[in-house]
Amino acid sequence: MINLTINGIETTVDKGTTLLEAAQFLGLPIPTLCHMEGLTPYGACRLCVVEIGEGSRARLVTSCTYPAEEGLKVRTASRRVVKARKMILELLLASCPQSKVIQDLASAHEVRQQRFRQEYENCILCGRCVRMCEEQMMAKAIGFRGRGEQRSIGTPFDVKSEVCRTCGGCMYVCPACQLRCTYNEPERAICGGCANLSPPCIEKEKFKDMMCYMHPCVACEIVDR
Amino acid sequence: MKLQHVENIVDKHGSERGSLIAILSDIQSTYSYLPEEALRTVAQKTGKSLVDVYGVATFYRSFSLKPRGKHLCSVCVGTACHVRGSERVAHEFEQQLQVKPGNTTSDRQFTLEHVNCLGACALGPIVVVDGHYFSNVKTTEVKRIVGQAREGLDTVEVKTDQRVFPLDVSCPRCNHGLMDPENLVDGYPPIRVTISFERKHGWLLLSCLYGSFNSRSEHAIPLEATVHVFCPHCHAELSSATPCASCGATMVPMIVRQGGVLQVCSRHGCREHVLDLDGVNL
Repeated sequence: MINLTINGIETTVDKGTTLLEAAQFLGLPIPTLCHMEGLTPYGACRLCVVEIGEGSRARLVTSCTYPAEEGLKVRTASRRVVKARKMILELLLASCPQSKVIQDLASAHEVRQQRFRQEYENCILCGRCVRMCEEQMMAKAIGFRGRGEQRSIGTPFDVKSEVCRTCGGCMYVCPACQLRCTYNEPERAICGGCANLSPPCIEKEKFKDMMCYMHPCVACEIVDR
Repeated sequence: MKLQHVENIVDKHGSERGSLIAILSDIQSTYSYLPEEALRTVAQKTGKSLVDVYGVATFYRSFSLKPRGKHLCSVCVGTACHVRGSERVAHEFEQQLQVKPGNTTSDRQFTLEHVNCLGACALGPIVVVDGHYFSNVKTTEVKRIVGQAREGLDTVEVKTDQRVFPLDVSCPRCNHGLMDPENLVDGYPPIRVTISFERKHGWLLLSCLYGSFNSRSEHAIPLEATVHVFCPHCHAELSSATPCASCGATMVPMIVRQGGVLQVCSRHGCREHVLDLDGVNL
Protein backbone atom coordinates (compact mmCIF):
# COMPACT_ATOMS: atom_id res chain seq x y z
CA MET A 1 0.00 0.00 0.00
CA ILE A 2 1.21 3.46 -0.83
CA ASN A 3 0.28 6.65 0.99
CA LEU A 4 0.10 9.87 -0.96
CA THR A 5 -1.57 13.25 -0.80
CA ILE A 6 -3.75 14.50 -3.63
CA ASN A 7 -4.97 18.10 -3.35
CA GLY A 8 -4.33 17.90 0.42
CA ILE A 9 -6.40 14.73 0.83
CA GLU A 10 -4.40 11.86 2.25
CA THR A 11 -5.16 8.57 0.60
CA THR A 12 -3.86 5.04 0.39
CA VAL A 13 -3.72 3.12 -2.86
CA ASP A 14 -2.37 -0.22 -4.09
CA LYS A 15 1.09 -0.42 -5.57
CA GLY A 16 1.01 0.20 -9.30
CA THR A 17 -2.01 2.50 -9.21
CA THR A 18 -1.57 5.52 -11.44
CA LEU A 19 -2.14 9.05 -10.20
CA LEU A 20 -5.13 9.33 -12.52
CA GLU A 21 -6.81 6.29 -11.01
CA ALA A 22 -6.08 7.55 -7.49
CA ALA A 23 -7.52 10.98 -8.27
CA GLN A 24 -10.58 9.53 -9.96
CA PHE A 25 -11.14 7.30 -6.96
CA LEU A 26 -11.29 10.44 -4.84
CA GLY A 27 -13.67 11.99 -7.33
CA LEU A 28 -11.26 14.65 -8.49
CA PRO A 29 -11.88 15.51 -12.12
CA ILE A 30 -8.90 15.18 -14.45
CA PRO A 31 -9.69 15.61 -18.13
CA THR A 32 -8.39 12.85 -20.39
CA LEU A 33 -8.35 12.28 -24.10
CA CYS A 34 -5.99 9.48 -25.05
CA HIS A 35 -6.75 7.56 -21.87
CA MET A 36 -9.37 4.87 -22.05
CA GLU A 37 -10.35 2.21 -19.61
CA GLY A 38 -9.31 -1.19 -20.85
CA LEU A 39 -6.39 0.14 -22.83
CA THR A 40 -2.85 0.59 -21.59
CA PRO A 41 -2.02 4.18 -20.66
CA TYR A 42 -0.10 5.95 -23.39
CA GLY A 43 0.43 9.54 -22.26
CA ALA A 44 0.11 11.02 -25.73
CA CYS A 45 -2.36 13.87 -25.30
CA ARG A 46 -0.80 15.34 -22.11
CA LEU A 47 -4.23 16.58 -21.09
CA CYS A 48 -4.15 14.75 -17.78
CA VAL A 49 -1.11 16.67 -16.48
CA VAL A 50 -0.84 17.10 -12.73
CA GLU A 51 1.79 18.81 -10.65
CA ILE A 52 3.94 16.74 -8.31
CA GLY A 53 6.71 17.69 -5.89
CA GLU A 54 7.14 20.93 -4.05
CA GLY A 55 8.80 24.30 -4.43
CA SER A 56 11.34 24.60 -7.20
CA ARG A 57 11.30 20.85 -7.77
CA ALA A 58 7.63 20.80 -8.66
CA ARG A 59 7.01 19.43 -12.11
CA LEU A 60 4.21 18.46 -14.43
CA VAL A 61 3.67 14.79 -15.23
CA THR A 62 0.98 12.90 -17.07
CA SER A 63 -1.15 11.32 -14.38
CA CYS A 64 -2.31 8.46 -16.61
CA THR A 65 1.20 7.00 -16.83
CA TYR A 66 2.71 8.10 -13.51
CA PRO A 67 2.55 5.42 -10.82
CA ALA A 68 1.74 6.50 -7.26
CA GLU A 69 4.77 6.93 -5.02
CA GLU A 70 5.06 6.90 -1.26
CA GLY A 71 4.62 10.37 0.23
CA LEU A 72 3.97 12.03 -3.14
CA LYS A 73 2.16 15.36 -3.06
CA VAL A 74 -0.06 15.80 -6.09
CA ARG A 75 -2.00 18.86 -7.17
CA THR A 76 -4.56 18.25 -9.88
CA ALA A 77 -5.81 21.78 -10.35
CA SER A 78 -3.02 24.18 -9.39
CA ARG A 79 -2.62 27.38 -11.37
CA ARG A 80 0.28 25.88 -13.30
CA VAL A 81 -1.70 22.75 -14.16
CA VAL A 82 -4.74 24.71 -15.32
CA LYS A 83 -2.57 26.96 -17.47
CA ALA A 84 -0.78 24.02 -19.06
CA ARG A 85 -4.04 22.19 -19.63
CA LYS A 86 -5.62 25.18 -21.33
CA MET A 87 -2.63 25.55 -23.59
CA ILE A 88 -2.76 21.86 -24.52
CA LEU A 89 -6.46 22.17 -25.28
CA GLU A 90 -5.87 25.26 -27.36
CA LEU A 91 -3.24 23.41 -29.38
CA LEU A 92 -5.46 20.35 -29.78
CA LEU A 93 -8.29 22.61 -30.86
CA ALA A 94 -6.04 24.20 -33.43
CA SER A 95 -4.97 20.88 -34.89
CA CYS A 96 -8.45 19.36 -34.94
CA PRO A 97 -11.13 22.07 -34.51
CA GLN A 98 -13.90 19.93 -36.01
CA SER A 99 -13.76 17.36 -33.22
CA LYS A 100 -16.77 17.43 -30.94
CA VAL A 101 -14.79 15.78 -28.14
CA ILE A 102 -12.10 18.43 -28.21
CA GLN A 103 -14.66 21.22 -28.58
CA ASP A 104 -16.49 19.99 -25.48
CA LEU A 105 -13.29 19.68 -23.49
CA ALA A 106 -12.17 23.15 -24.53
CA SER A 107 -15.47 24.68 -23.60
CA ALA A 108 -15.56 22.82 -20.26
CA HIS A 109 -12.12 24.19 -19.43
CA GLU A 110 -12.98 27.73 -20.45
CA VAL A 111 -10.74 27.96 -23.43
CA ARG A 112 -12.16 31.12 -24.90
CA GLN A 113 -9.65 31.86 -27.59
CA GLN A 114 -7.75 29.92 -30.19
CA ARG A 115 -4.63 31.74 -31.20
CA PHE A 116 -3.04 29.18 -33.50
CA ARG A 117 -3.59 28.47 -37.15
CA GLN A 118 -6.26 25.83 -37.62
CA GLU A 119 -4.98 22.69 -39.28
CA TYR A 120 -8.12 20.56 -39.59
CA GLU A 121 -6.12 17.38 -39.05
CA ASN A 122 -7.98 14.09 -39.23
CA CYS A 123 -5.89 12.64 -36.48
CA ILE A 124 -4.31 13.88 -33.27
CA LEU A 125 -2.13 10.78 -32.91
CA CYS A 126 -3.59 9.88 -29.53
CA GLY A 127 -3.11 6.20 -30.35
CA ARG A 128 -6.49 5.14 -29.02
CA CYS A 129 -7.36 3.25 -32.18
CA VAL A 130 -3.95 1.57 -32.31
CA ARG A 131 -4.30 0.29 -28.76
CA MET A 132 -7.95 -0.66 -29.29
CA CYS A 133 -7.00 -2.68 -32.36
CA GLU A 134 -4.14 -4.41 -30.59
CA GLU A 135 -5.42 -4.90 -27.07
CA GLN A 136 -9.18 -5.26 -27.35
CA MET A 137 -9.65 -6.52 -30.89
CA MET A 138 -6.42 -8.57 -30.95
CA ALA A 139 -5.90 -7.63 -34.55
CA LYS A 140 -2.86 -5.33 -34.78
CA ALA A 141 -4.04 -4.12 -38.16
CA ILE A 142 -3.09 -0.49 -37.71
CA GLY A 143 -0.12 1.19 -36.12
CA PHE A 144 2.06 4.25 -36.05
CA ARG A 145 4.20 4.91 -39.08
CA GLY A 146 7.05 7.32 -39.69
CA ARG A 147 8.09 9.92 -37.19
CA GLY A 148 8.05 13.61 -36.52
CA GLU A 149 5.97 15.55 -38.97
CA GLN A 150 5.36 12.45 -41.07
CA ARG A 151 4.01 10.38 -38.20
CA SER A 152 0.68 8.89 -39.05
CA ILE A 153 -1.59 6.01 -38.16
CA GLY A 154 -2.60 3.44 -40.69
CA THR A 155 -2.06 0.00 -42.12
CA PRO A 156 1.34 -1.11 -43.40
CA PHE A 157 1.94 -0.02 -47.01
CA ASP A 158 -1.46 1.74 -46.98
CA VAL A 159 -3.20 -1.35 -48.27
CA LYS A 160 -6.05 -3.17 -46.63
CA SER A 161 -4.67 -5.29 -43.85
CA GLU A 162 -5.24 -9.04 -43.91
CA VAL A 163 -5.76 -9.04 -40.16
CA CYS A 164 -8.39 -6.25 -40.18
CA ARG A 165 -11.92 -7.55 -39.64
CA THR A 166 -13.50 -4.12 -40.24
CA CYS A 167 -14.87 -4.26 -36.72
CA GLY A 168 -15.01 -0.50 -36.52
CA GLY A 169 -13.41 -0.41 -33.09
CA CYS A 170 -10.87 2.14 -34.21
CA MET A 171 -13.59 4.50 -35.39
CA TYR A 172 -15.59 3.96 -32.23
CA VAL A 173 -12.81 5.17 -29.96
CA CYS A 174 -11.53 7.97 -32.18
CA PRO A 175 -11.87 11.36 -30.48
CA ALA A 176 -10.88 13.32 -33.54
CA CYS A 177 -14.31 12.59 -34.93
CA GLN A 178 -13.32 12.31 -38.53
CA LEU A 179 -14.56 8.76 -38.60
CA ARG A 180 -17.35 8.90 -36.08
CA CYS A 181 -20.47 10.95 -36.06
CA THR A 182 -22.87 9.61 -33.52
CA TYR A 183 -23.37 8.93 -29.86
CA ASN A 184 -26.01 6.92 -28.14
CA GLU A 185 -27.51 10.02 -26.57
CA PRO A 186 -29.65 11.85 -29.12
CA GLU A 187 -28.76 15.33 -27.89
CA ARG A 188 -25.09 14.71 -28.67
CA ALA A 189 -25.75 12.86 -31.89
CA ILE A 190 -24.21 15.27 -34.32
CA CYS A 191 -20.68 16.50 -33.96
CA GLY A 192 -20.81 18.54 -37.14
CA GLY A 193 -17.92 16.64 -38.62
CA CYS A 194 -20.05 14.75 -41.11
CA ALA A 195 -21.55 17.93 -42.46
CA ASN A 196 -18.16 18.97 -43.77
CA LEU A 197 -16.56 15.63 -44.52
CA SER A 198 -17.55 12.77 -46.74
CA PRO A 199 -18.32 9.69 -44.63
CA PRO A 200 -15.51 7.25 -45.19
CA CYS A 201 -17.35 3.99 -44.82
CA ILE A 202 -19.63 4.22 -47.83
CA GLU A 203 -16.62 4.23 -50.11
CA LYS A 204 -15.58 0.88 -48.77
CA GLU A 205 -16.24 -2.37 -50.53
CA LYS A 206 -18.70 -4.75 -48.92
CA PHE A 207 -20.16 -1.88 -46.99
CA LYS A 208 -23.32 -3.88 -46.35
CA ASP A 209 -21.44 -6.68 -44.57
CA MET A 210 -19.42 -4.34 -42.44
CA MET A 211 -19.81 -4.52 -38.70
CA CYS A 212 -20.26 -0.94 -37.65
CA TYR A 213 -20.40 0.79 -34.33
CA MET A 214 -22.03 3.78 -35.90
CA HIS A 215 -25.30 2.21 -36.91
CA PRO A 216 -27.52 4.06 -37.58
CA CYS A 217 -25.46 6.92 -38.86
CA VAL A 218 -25.61 9.64 -41.45
CA ALA A 219 -23.61 7.59 -43.90
CA CYS A 220 -26.01 4.65 -43.68
CA GLU A 221 -28.97 6.89 -44.32
CA ILE A 222 -27.31 8.28 -47.41
CA VAL A 223 -26.76 4.79 -48.78
CA ASP A 224 -30.22 3.50 -47.90
CA ARG A 225 -31.76 6.33 -49.79
CA MET B 1 15.63 -17.04 -53.95
CA LYS B 2 15.36 -13.45 -52.82
CA LEU B 3 13.23 -14.41 -49.84
CA GLN B 4 15.57 -17.23 -48.97
CA HIS B 5 18.16 -14.56 -48.39
CA VAL B 6 15.83 -12.67 -46.06
CA GLU B 7 15.10 -15.86 -44.16
CA ASN B 8 18.81 -16.49 -43.76
CA ILE B 9 19.24 -13.00 -42.32
CA VAL B 10 16.42 -13.57 -39.85
CA ASP B 11 17.89 -16.93 -38.84
CA LYS B 12 21.25 -15.32 -38.32
CA HIS B 13 19.93 -12.71 -35.89
CA GLY B 14 17.22 -14.73 -34.22
CA SER B 15 13.75 -13.46 -33.51
CA GLU B 16 14.19 -11.74 -30.15
CA ARG B 17 12.74 -8.31 -29.70
CA GLY B 18 16.05 -6.48 -29.97
CA SER B 19 17.16 -8.07 -33.21
CA LEU B 20 14.62 -6.39 -35.48
CA ILE B 21 16.76 -3.38 -36.30
CA ALA B 22 19.77 -5.58 -37.03
CA ILE B 23 17.65 -7.69 -39.38
CA LEU B 24 16.24 -4.67 -41.20
CA SER B 25 19.68 -3.13 -41.41
CA ASP B 26 21.09 -6.26 -43.05
CA ILE B 27 18.21 -6.40 -45.53
CA GLN B 28 18.71 -2.73 -46.31
CA SER B 29 22.41 -3.24 -47.02
CA THR B 30 21.68 -6.27 -49.21
CA TYR B 31 18.96 -4.77 -51.38
CA SER B 32 19.66 -1.08 -50.68
CA TYR B 33 16.03 -0.79 -49.63
CA LEU B 34 13.40 -2.76 -47.73
CA PRO B 35 11.14 -4.57 -50.19
CA GLU B 36 7.55 -5.09 -49.09
CA GLU B 37 7.86 -8.85 -49.44
CA ALA B 38 10.95 -8.83 -47.25
CA LEU B 39 9.12 -6.99 -44.47
CA ARG B 40 6.26 -9.46 -44.67
CA THR B 41 8.73 -12.33 -44.46
CA VAL B 42 10.47 -10.75 -41.47
CA ALA B 43 7.13 -10.30 -39.69
CA GLN B 44 6.20 -13.90 -40.39
CA LYS B 45 9.56 -15.38 -39.42
CA THR B 46 10.00 -13.38 -36.23
CA GLY B 47 6.39 -13.73 -35.14
CA LYS B 48 5.97 -9.97 -34.87
CA SER B 49 3.04 -8.22 -36.42
CA LEU B 50 3.57 -6.47 -39.72
CA VAL B 51 2.46 -3.22 -38.11
CA ASP B 52 5.40 -3.30 -35.69
CA VAL B 53 7.94 -4.16 -38.37
CA TYR B 54 6.56 -1.46 -40.65
CA GLY B 55 6.55 1.05 -37.82
CA VAL B 56 10.24 0.49 -37.14
CA ALA B 57 11.09 0.48 -40.84
CA THR B 58 9.42 3.84 -41.39
CA PHE B 59 10.72 5.37 -38.16
CA TYR B 60 14.42 5.34 -38.95
CA ARG B 61 15.90 7.48 -41.66
CA SER B 62 18.51 4.89 -42.58
CA PHE B 63 15.80 2.54 -43.79
CA SER B 64 14.18 3.17 -47.12
CA LEU B 65 11.05 1.56 -48.49
CA LYS B 66 11.74 2.86 -51.96
CA PRO B 67 14.53 1.37 -54.07
CA ARG B 68 17.61 3.50 -53.80
CA GLY B 69 20.00 4.20 -56.60
CA LYS B 70 23.42 2.68 -57.03
CA HIS B 71 25.06 5.71 -55.46
CA LEU B 72 23.76 7.53 -52.40
CA CYS B 73 24.50 11.25 -52.16
CA SER B 74 23.83 12.72 -48.72
CA VAL B 75 24.09 16.48 -48.56
CA CYS B 76 24.26 17.88 -45.03
CA VAL B 77 21.81 20.71 -44.46
CA GLY B 78 22.42 20.97 -40.74
CA THR B 79 22.89 24.31 -39.05
CA ALA B 80 26.66 24.57 -39.38
CA CYS B 81 26.68 23.40 -42.98
CA HIS B 82 23.73 25.66 -43.75
CA VAL B 83 25.53 28.81 -42.64
CA ARG B 84 28.50 27.71 -44.68
CA GLY B 85 26.33 27.59 -47.79
CA SER B 86 25.14 23.99 -48.03
CA GLU B 87 21.82 25.20 -49.39
CA ARG B 88 23.49 26.23 -52.64
CA VAL B 89 25.42 22.95 -52.74
CA ALA B 90 22.22 20.99 -52.21
CA HIS B 91 20.56 22.98 -54.98
CA GLU B 92 23.49 22.33 -57.29
CA PHE B 93 23.16 18.58 -56.66
CA GLU B 94 19.49 18.81 -57.55
CA GLN B 95 20.44 20.57 -60.78
CA GLN B 96 23.22 18.16 -61.67
CA LEU B 97 21.25 15.02 -60.95
CA GLN B 98 17.88 16.45 -62.02
CA VAL B 99 16.20 14.96 -59.00
CA LYS B 100 14.52 16.26 -55.86
CA PRO B 101 15.96 15.31 -52.47
CA GLY B 102 14.69 11.96 -51.24
CA ASN B 103 14.27 10.68 -54.77
CA THR B 104 16.22 8.52 -57.15
CA THR B 105 17.24 9.42 -60.68
CA SER B 106 15.30 7.68 -63.43
CA ASP B 107 18.37 5.66 -64.44
CA ARG B 108 18.57 4.30 -60.89
CA GLN B 109 22.12 5.59 -60.53
CA PHE B 110 21.79 8.24 -57.84
CA THR B 111 19.69 8.82 -54.77
CA LEU B 112 19.88 12.33 -53.40
CA GLU B 113 19.02 12.95 -49.80
CA HIS B 114 19.33 15.71 -47.26
CA VAL B 115 20.72 14.84 -43.86
CA ASN B 116 20.63 17.02 -40.82
CA CYS B 117 24.08 16.50 -39.39
CA LEU B 118 27.00 14.23 -40.14
CA GLY B 119 28.99 15.23 -37.10
CA ALA B 120 31.75 16.97 -39.01
CA CYS B 121 30.47 20.52 -38.75
CA ALA B 122 33.93 22.14 -38.84
CA LEU B 123 34.45 20.71 -42.31
CA GLY B 124 31.13 21.86 -43.72
CA PRO B 125 29.46 21.90 -46.13
CA ILE B 126 29.77 18.12 -46.01
CA VAL B 127 28.67 15.75 -48.73
CA VAL B 128 28.85 11.98 -48.38
CA VAL B 129 28.77 9.89 -51.53
CA ASP B 130 28.86 6.10 -51.15
CA GLY B 131 30.55 6.44 -47.78
CA HIS B 132 33.22 8.85 -49.03
CA TYR B 133 33.26 12.21 -47.28
CA PHE B 134 33.78 15.42 -49.19
CA SER B 135 34.49 18.45 -47.04
CA ASN B 136 34.22 22.19 -47.74
CA VAL B 137 32.25 21.43 -50.85
CA LYS B 138 31.71 24.33 -53.22
CA THR B 139 29.06 24.42 -55.91
CA THR B 140 31.77 24.22 -58.57
CA GLU B 141 32.95 20.89 -57.19
CA VAL B 142 29.58 19.21 -57.37
CA LYS B 143 29.93 18.20 -60.98
CA ARG B 144 33.29 16.57 -60.30
CA ILE B 145 31.93 14.67 -57.30
CA VAL B 146 29.00 13.35 -59.33
CA GLY B 147 31.37 12.33 -62.11
CA GLN B 148 33.66 10.54 -59.67
CA ALA B 149 30.74 8.71 -58.12
CA ARG B 150 29.55 7.63 -61.55
CA GLU B 151 32.95 6.11 -62.26
CA GLY B 152 32.88 4.38 -58.91
CA LEU B 153 34.63 5.92 -55.95
CA ASP B 154 35.91 2.62 -54.62
CA THR B 155 37.80 1.74 -57.77
CA VAL B 156 39.46 5.07 -58.42
CA GLU B 157 42.81 3.98 -57.01
CA VAL B 158 42.81 0.72 -58.91
CA LYS B 159 42.10 2.46 -62.19
CA THR B 160 45.12 4.73 -61.94
CA ASP B 161 47.36 1.69 -62.42
CA GLN B 162 47.61 1.10 -66.16
CA ARG B 163 48.44 -2.60 -65.76
CA VAL B 164 45.13 -3.29 -64.04
CA PHE B 165 42.11 -3.66 -66.29
CA PRO B 166 38.88 -5.69 -66.19
CA LEU B 167 38.46 -8.81 -68.29
CA ASP B 168 35.34 -10.40 -69.67
CA VAL B 169 35.76 -14.16 -69.95
CA SER B 170 33.65 -17.12 -71.01
CA CYS B 171 33.77 -20.90 -70.75
CA PRO B 172 36.05 -22.50 -73.39
CA ARG B 173 33.63 -25.43 -73.70
CA CYS B 174 30.19 -23.88 -73.97
CA ASN B 175 31.26 -20.26 -74.54
CA HIS B 176 28.78 -19.13 -71.88
CA GLY B 177 29.88 -15.93 -70.13
CA LEU B 178 31.42 -16.53 -66.72
CA MET B 179 30.96 -12.98 -65.45
CA ASP B 180 28.66 -12.67 -62.44
CA PRO B 181 26.83 -9.33 -62.47
CA GLU B 182 25.15 -10.05 -59.11
CA ASN B 183 28.35 -9.68 -57.13
CA LEU B 184 31.29 -7.33 -57.00
CA VAL B 185 34.95 -8.07 -56.37
CA ASP B 186 37.25 -5.05 -56.57
CA GLY B 187 34.18 -3.09 -57.69
CA TYR B 188 33.68 -5.14 -60.85
CA PRO B 189 31.52 -8.16 -61.63
CA PRO B 190 33.82 -11.13 -60.94
CA ILE B 191 34.41 -14.39 -62.77
CA ARG B 192 32.17 -17.08 -61.29
CA VAL B 193 33.18 -20.72 -61.45
CA THR B 194 32.26 -23.85 -59.56
CA ILE B 195 35.02 -25.55 -57.65
CA SER B 196 35.45 -28.84 -55.87
CA PHE B 197 38.20 -29.92 -53.53
CA GLU B 198 38.44 -32.38 -50.66
CA ARG B 199 34.82 -33.53 -51.24
CA LYS B 200 33.65 -29.94 -50.90
CA HIS B 201 31.74 -28.30 -53.66
CA GLY B 202 30.92 -24.62 -54.08
CA TRP B 203 31.33 -21.38 -55.95
CA LEU B 204 34.39 -19.23 -56.38
CA LEU B 205 34.44 -15.59 -57.43
CA LEU B 206 37.65 -14.37 -59.00
CA SER B 207 38.41 -10.71 -59.49
CA CYS B 208 38.21 -9.88 -63.18
CA LEU B 209 40.87 -7.20 -62.84
CA TYR B 210 43.99 -8.45 -64.55
CA GLY B 211 46.73 -8.20 -61.93
CA SER B 212 44.40 -8.50 -58.94
CA PHE B 213 44.37 -11.80 -57.05
CA ASN B 214 41.31 -11.06 -54.93
CA SER B 215 38.73 -13.80 -54.73
CA ARG B 216 35.77 -14.95 -52.66
CA SER B 217 34.70 -18.49 -52.13
CA GLU B 218 31.87 -20.39 -50.47
CA HIS B 219 34.41 -22.58 -48.65
CA ALA B 220 37.76 -21.51 -47.32
CA ILE B 221 40.34 -23.08 -49.59
CA PRO B 222 43.51 -24.12 -47.75
CA LEU B 223 46.68 -22.56 -49.08
CA GLU B 224 48.60 -24.73 -51.53
CA ALA B 225 45.52 -26.90 -52.19
CA THR B 226 44.60 -27.48 -55.79
CA VAL B 227 40.98 -27.23 -56.81
CA HIS B 228 39.02 -28.66 -59.70
CA VAL B 229 37.30 -25.86 -61.55
CA PHE B 230 34.05 -26.33 -63.45
CA CYS B 231 31.94 -24.15 -65.66
CA PRO B 232 28.74 -23.31 -63.71
CA HIS B 233 26.72 -23.53 -66.94
CA CYS B 234 27.89 -26.66 -68.82
CA HIS B 235 29.54 -28.25 -65.76
CA ALA B 236 32.59 -29.23 -67.80
CA GLU B 237 35.85 -29.28 -65.92
CA LEU B 238 38.11 -26.46 -67.00
CA SER B 239 41.59 -27.88 -67.30
CA SER B 240 44.35 -27.14 -69.70
CA ALA B 241 46.79 -29.60 -71.25
CA THR B 242 49.82 -27.62 -70.16
CA PRO B 243 50.65 -27.66 -66.45
CA CYS B 244 51.51 -24.58 -64.40
CA ALA B 245 55.02 -23.44 -65.18
CA SER B 246 55.92 -22.77 -61.56
CA CYS B 247 54.11 -25.44 -59.48
CA GLY B 248 53.01 -28.09 -61.96
CA ALA B 249 49.30 -27.96 -61.07
CA THR B 250 46.60 -27.92 -63.72
CA MET B 251 45.99 -24.61 -65.43
CA VAL B 252 42.42 -23.36 -65.86
CA PRO B 253 41.70 -21.94 -69.31
CA MET B 254 39.07 -19.29 -70.03
CA ILE B 255 38.20 -17.49 -73.26
CA VAL B 256 38.62 -13.73 -73.17
CA ARG B 257 35.68 -12.05 -74.95
CA GLN B 258 37.88 -9.41 -76.50
CA GLY B 259 39.90 -12.23 -78.07
CA GLY B 260 42.51 -14.46 -76.51
CA VAL B 261 42.90 -17.02 -73.73
CA LEU B 262 43.41 -16.54 -70.01
CA GLN B 263 44.93 -19.33 -67.96
CA VAL B 264 45.19 -19.32 -64.20
CA CYS B 265 46.83 -21.84 -61.91
CA SER B 266 44.42 -24.05 -59.96
CA ARG B 267 46.60 -24.08 -56.85
CA HIS B 268 45.48 -21.65 -54.18
CA GLY B 269 48.30 -19.26 -53.47
CA CYS B 270 50.12 -19.85 -56.75
CA ARG B 271 49.93 -16.67 -58.73
CA GLU B 272 50.96 -18.15 -62.05
CA HIS B 273 48.72 -16.98 -64.85
CA VAL B 274 48.97 -16.48 -68.57
CA LEU B 275 46.98 -14.01 -70.60
CA ASP B 276 47.30 -14.60 -74.31
CA LEU B 277 45.48 -11.84 -76.15
CA ASP B 278 45.49 -13.13 -79.72
CA GLY B 279 49.10 -14.12 -79.65
CA VAL B 280 50.34 -11.15 -77.69
CA ASN B 281 51.63 -12.78 -74.52
CA LEU B 282 51.61 -10.34 -71.63
